[in-house]
Amino acid sequence: MTETTRTMLLNAGPAHPAMHGVIRIELGLDGEVIRQADVEIGYLHRGFEKHCEASSYTQCFPYTDRLNYVSPLINNFAFAAGVEKLMGLEVPERCQYIRVLMSEISRICDHLTCIGASAMELGAFSVFLYMIKAREWLWELVEEVTGARLTVSYGRIGGVKADLTADFAERCREVTSKVSEVLGEVDELLTRNRIFYDRMRGVGVISAESAVAYGITGPFLRSTGVDYDVRKASPYFVYDRMDFDVPVGGQGDNMDRYLVRMEEMRQSLRIVEQCLEQMPEGPTNVDPDGKLIAPDLMADLGKFGKTRGLLSNEVLIEPTLQGSEKRFHDRVYAADKASRLPAKEQVYSNIEALMNHFKIVMMGHGIRPPRGEVYFPMEGANGELAFYIVSDGSDRPWRVRCHPPCFPIMAALSSILEGDQMADIIPTFGSVNMIAGELDR
Amino acid sequence: MPGSTLTRLQESFPEAILGTHSRLGEDTAILKPEALRRVARFLKEDPRLRFDFLMDLTAVDHWKRKPRFELVCHLYSRSNNARLRLKAPLGGASPEAPSLTSLWPAADWYEREVFDMFGIRFRGHPDLRRILMYREFQGHPLRKDYPIDKRQPLVGPKD
Repeated sequence: MTETTRTMLLNAGPAHPAMHGVIRIELGLDGEVIRQADVEIGYLHRGFEKHCEASSYTQCFPYTDRLNYVSPLINNFAFAAGVEKLMGLEVPERCQYIRVLMSEISRICDHLTCIGASAMELGAFSVFLYMIKAREWLWELVEEVTGARLTVSYGRIGGVKADLTADFAERCREVTSKVSEVLGEVDELLTRNRIFYDRMRGVGVISAESAVAYGITGPFLRSTGVDYDVRKASPYFVYDRMDFDVPVGGQGDNMDRYLVRMEEMRQSLRIVEQCLEQMPEGPTNVDPDGKLIAPDLMADLGKFGKTRGLLSNEVLIEPTLQGSEKRFHDRVYAADKASRLPAKEQVYSNIEALMNHFKIVMMGHGIRPPRGEVYFPMEGANGELAFYIVSDGSDRPWRVRCHPPCFPIMAALSSILEGDQMADIIPTFGSVNMIAGELDR
Repeated sequence: MPGSTLTRLQESFPEAILGTHSRLGEDTAILKPEALRRVARFLKEDPRLRFDFLMDLTAVDHWKRKPRFELVCHLYSRSNNARLRLKAPLGGASPEAPSLTSLWPAADWYEREVFDMFGIRFRGHPDLRRILMYREFQGHPLRKDYPIDKRQPLVGPKD
């Protein structure tokens, strides 16, 4: 006797309660087994790249916040670092430490969200609450420095928006010790938990070869045993001075991805501590000429009438409203390295800073990186995050391409899912840590 | 060793390379589009170069320049910790390039995105359809002649 079976078509998403972010997976099911999975993305496409082409370099920052909205600081810094490389700017040491510190805090937030949400979807609700609580403490730190929780726009070309607050180190240490306690608790709750283990181990397996072929990076790649980490391979900022390990897995399944992320958070805590210890005093921004200058010194220079260095000197016409007339646009060039927005207090209190601000913000003036192109990779929470920026020498980028780390993982998702059970979609998809904001841009 | 990849590439494909440079320390090779797959295969399989990662594939619309489009690939070699940018100028009313899907499955979605955003077709791609936009979308949004405020016709539910 023969049985006839028929593949059942089932849509998971785009609005499924266990799918964080809008995505649709069209499944072909044979009973509970997934025979075929077609991943459809694009539900959150907002035209990030098109918008950037129509904005000045400074205006791109708020858009980058909205790529990976769980760790927006890394996006900010990646974009800033790309433009800085194009302009040949080097940011002060303190700024580099701040960027590393804030990136690592963001990475912890990202991993906390990823593991917390996955655990909740597998029924471990308390883990979710513990982890989100810990993320909240970290977000409070971020809020204290940047003034916002999610849409931080903290990066600036040539620096950061503001220095750390006076008692930051103390508060940060308090939070990190609490976070590491939470990690310990979660470790006890999950790692040896039979139910969790059975759902994660041997599920969503990808081999190292196929992960490399798909261009996957980050914790997802490292879970397969490949130790590629941009922070080690091509260190940026001051990562070369940090002492940290890159955890790798061996089997490339969900359990390994969970373990890699847990260990990465501990390593990030180590980096945060080292940043706090090593961070030097000094300016957080480059001066308008690209030399290092303290903000108070800059204001003093202005007060004594020494404005030559503060203003860009390649201007052919007066930097007044006249300059914004369209026919003058070609003639107005801010000095190559005049990039930094002056501090708001300065803008409101002296004319030099006001003019400086004006020259960066007004259409037709602005930051003008020289013609050229740059690809700047950084280790985002999900993997290699890179901006490919093409400049035509004007005040607006000709092309901004964001290489989103979860895009290649999503491309590989259907091949990972095929052959697994329907219920395995939840842990596997959770371990991808898809962020629709950066995936669809 | 910046530049050593480029020297090797130029030695192996003197006829296909239109130019090379290492501005800002980033190795770049500009090649004829028809040689793209051949050169990419060499870069991937050559035991000394071993560019095993296709990190990114995108395009740039240079609008009034000729040829108008440029396909940009970023490769990474784990064994040499080296990066390389490949660029191929594409012109004509309906630009076309060879697909890299047979070398890296990663190219599949990247090429679909380039097709979606720029209207560049890839010869040999197994499933070239839109990825970020919906099927009924008209035009290619990242082309410079696509106005940023352009409206699209309302699409009703499918039958």
